[in-house]
Amino acid sequence: MAALFTQAFLAALIGGAIAAAVPLLFAGLGEQMSEKAGVLNIGIEGMMLTGAYAGFLAAYETNSLLAGFAVGGLAGLLMGVVMALACVWLGLNQIVIGIAMTLSAEGLTSLLFNSQFASLYPSLPTPVPLAIPFLSRLPVLGPSLFTQHFLAYFGVLLCLAFGWLYLNSFFGLNLTAAGDKPAALDAGGVSVAGTRCVAVLVCGLLAGIGGAYLSEVGSGVFVPFMTNGAGFIGIVLAMLARGRPLGVLLGSVLFGACLSMTTALQVAGINVPTDIINMLPFAMVMLALIIFGRRATLPAAFGHSYQRGAR
Amino acid sequence: MSTEPEILALRAEAPSPWPTLRAALPRLAMTLGPVALAITLSGAVLLATGVNPLAYYALVVRQGLLSADGFQETITQAGPLMLLGASLIVSFRAGLWNLGVDGQFLLGAVAAGAAAPWLVGVMPDGPALVLAMLIAMASAAAWSLLPAYLRAHGGINEIITTLMMNFLGLSLANVLIKLVFIDPATTLPVTRTLPVPDRLPRLFGSTVDIGVILAFLLLTATHLALTRTAWGLRVRLLGANPRAARHAGLNVPRMTIFIFILSAALAGLAGAIMVLGTLGNVRADWDPGFGFVVIPLVFLARLNGWAVMGLVFAFAMLSIGSQSAAIRLGVPQYFNFLLVGLLLFFLALVEYFGQRARMV
Repeated sequence: MAALFTQAFLAALIGGAIAAAVPLLFAGLGEQMSEKAGVLNIGIEGMMLTGAYAGFLAAYETNSLLAGFAVGGLAGLLMGVVMALACVWLGLNQIVIGIAMTLSAEGLTSLLFNSQFASLYPSLPTPVPLAIPFLSRLPVLGPSLFTQHFLAYFGVLLCLAFGWLYLNSFFGLNLTAAGDKPAALDAGGVSVAGTRCVAVLVCGLLAGIGGAYLSEVGSGVFVPFMTNGAGFIGIVLAMLARGRPLGVLLGSVLFGACLSMTTALQVAGINVPTDIINMLPFAMVMLALIIFGRRATLPAAFGHSYQRGAR
Repeated sequence: MSTEPEILALRAEAPSPWPTLRAALPRLAMTLGPVALAITLSGAVLLATGVNPLAYYALVVRQGLLSADGFQETITQAGPLMLLGASLIVSFRAGLWNLGVDGQFLLGAVAAGAAAPWLVGVMPDGPALVLAMLIAMASAAAWSLLPAYLRAHGGINEIITTLMMNFLGLSLANVLIKLVFIDPATTLPVTRTLPVPDRLPRLFGSTVDIGVILAFLLLTATHLALTRTAWGLRVRLLGANPRAARHAGLNVPRMTIFIFILSAALAGLAGAIMVLGTLGNVRADWDPGFGFVVIPLVFLARLNGWAVMGLVFAFAMLSIGSQSAAIRLGVPQYFNFLLVGLLLFFLALVEYFGQRARMV
C-alpha cells in the first residue's frame, strides 16, 4: 500500500482528477441552472458532443484553442436555442426532445467528422497549462493543484459567481420561482418563458465549452461519441447538488478522481482491470443516491412546461 | 418538492380497438409527415457532405429489404428490437422511465451466452435453450431491482438510477466476459461459442430463427394485456396519475417493482435471443446500443404495439441497409442516429401543431 501515497501517484491522481472534472463541472453548472428553472435538459449529452466537435474543428483550423472554446460554446448555445424553442416556447416533452437532440448530435458529428477526416484522427498540440505563481511551487500538491488549464480556474470562479447569483440576485430568485411555482413568477410580472430560455441557453453555452475542453485539452483529438456519458453525469451531479453550485464542484472533482484512478493506479504499479475502474464513478453515484437520495429534491414544476391559465 | 413520475408522465391515449379509416388517416399523416421531413433534412446533410442522398437511400432499401440475404437479416434483427419495444411500452405506459434497457439487454445476452453452451452439454437442446432464456430474463430483472426498489420505496427518480445502472451494466458485462465466462480455448475476450446445430431452430430453411416469432408473440401479448385487460388499465392508471392510483386502492410500490421486473426481463430476453439465435457468443465491448434508438421509436409509435412493429421493422431495414452503405459509400453507420433523432423532433412538432389545430 505504501506505493499508493508516493508523490507521483498523488500528482497523477489529483492532476488527472481536476483535468477530468472540468468538463463535468461546466456541464453540471449548466444543467443545474436549467433544472433550477424547471427544465430537464437530457440533450446536454448532445450539446457537449456538438461543442467537442465544433471546438475541435475551430481549434484545428485556426490553431487557436481560444477560438475553439468560443466556437464550441456557440455550437452548444445553438443547440440550446433549439431546445429553448421546442421545450420552453412550444412546451414539447423535454425527455423526447432531449433524446432527439442527443441522437441527432451523435449522428451529425460522426457523419461530418467522417466526411472531413475519414479515418485520420488529427490531433492538436498539447496545450500549455497555466501555472499560478508561488502556489504552484508549494510542495506535494502544489504542482498538480495549481498547474491547470485556465478553464479549470474559470470554472471555479463561475461556480462561486453562480452561488452568489442564485442567492443574492433577482435573476437567481426568478430562476428558482420558474422551477418551483411558475404561476407565481408570471403573476409577479416576470416572463416564465424568458427566464427559462436564459437558463437553457446558459446550459447550452456551458455544455458546449465543456465539450470543447474535452476534445481540445482533454484528449487533443475528436472521436465520434467521445463524450461517453459525460453529459449524463452532469445531469446526475446537478440533481445530487440540490441547487448548490459548490455541490457540483465537489461532485465533479470526486467523479474526476474516479475517472483518473486508472492512470494513477498504473503509475503506482497496480493493475486493476479497466472495466472495474470504469464502474467506480457510476457505482459512487448509486451509493450517493442510496445514502442521500431521500433528501434529494427537485423543483416542484420540474419537467413541466408552463402555460398561463392551464391547470 | 415532488419527484412524482406524473410530472413526466406521457399522455398516452388508449387506442380505439378498430380505428375507422377516417380516424386513421390523420394519424397516418401525422406519422408519415415527420418521416418525410426527417428523410429530406438528413438527405440535405448527406448532400452537403458530398454523398448523393438518393443513391444512399436506394442502396439502403435495396440491401435491407430487396436482397434475399438482407431481407432475412432485417427480419432477424427485428426480433430483439421488438422485445425491447415491448419492454419499453410496459414501463412507459406505467409512467416509469426505464432508460437502462441497454444494460439489461447486455446482461441478458451475457447470461444466456454463458449458460447455453454448458446447458446443451447436460440436457437436450429444447429445455436447455428455454432455461438459458429464463436465466437471461432473471439476470436482467435482478439488475433492475435496485432502481425499482429505490423508486418504489425511496421515491428516487428512476431516470438517474436506470441511466447509472446502464453504464454499470455495460462495464459489468465486460468484467463478466473477461474474468468469469471467458472461453478458455481462445485468447480473445469472448464467451464460449454455442455450436450452430444447438442454436434456436431456423424457419423454413432461411437464416431467420424462431426468436423473431417469440418476439412477435410477446409484443402482441404485451400490447393486448396493456390495452384490453383490467391489469393494463391499472398500469395505465399508474402512468397517468400515481396519486389517483393510490387512492383507487392500488399497491403502487408493488406494481412499480413488478413493472420494472417485467420490463427488464423482456430486455434481457432480447439479448438472449440475439445470442442464442444469431451470434452464438458474446464478445467483450460488444454493445449495439439498441435501447437508445428503440426509445424514440416507441414514442413515435405513441406506445402502440402494432405501430412499434412497423417502425422496428423499418429501423431494422435501415440499420442492415446502412451497414452495406457504410462500406460502399463511406457514410458511417451512425448516420441513422441523425435520421431517428430528426424524426423524433419532427414528430413532437407535428403532434403539437396537430393538437393546436384540434383545439381551434
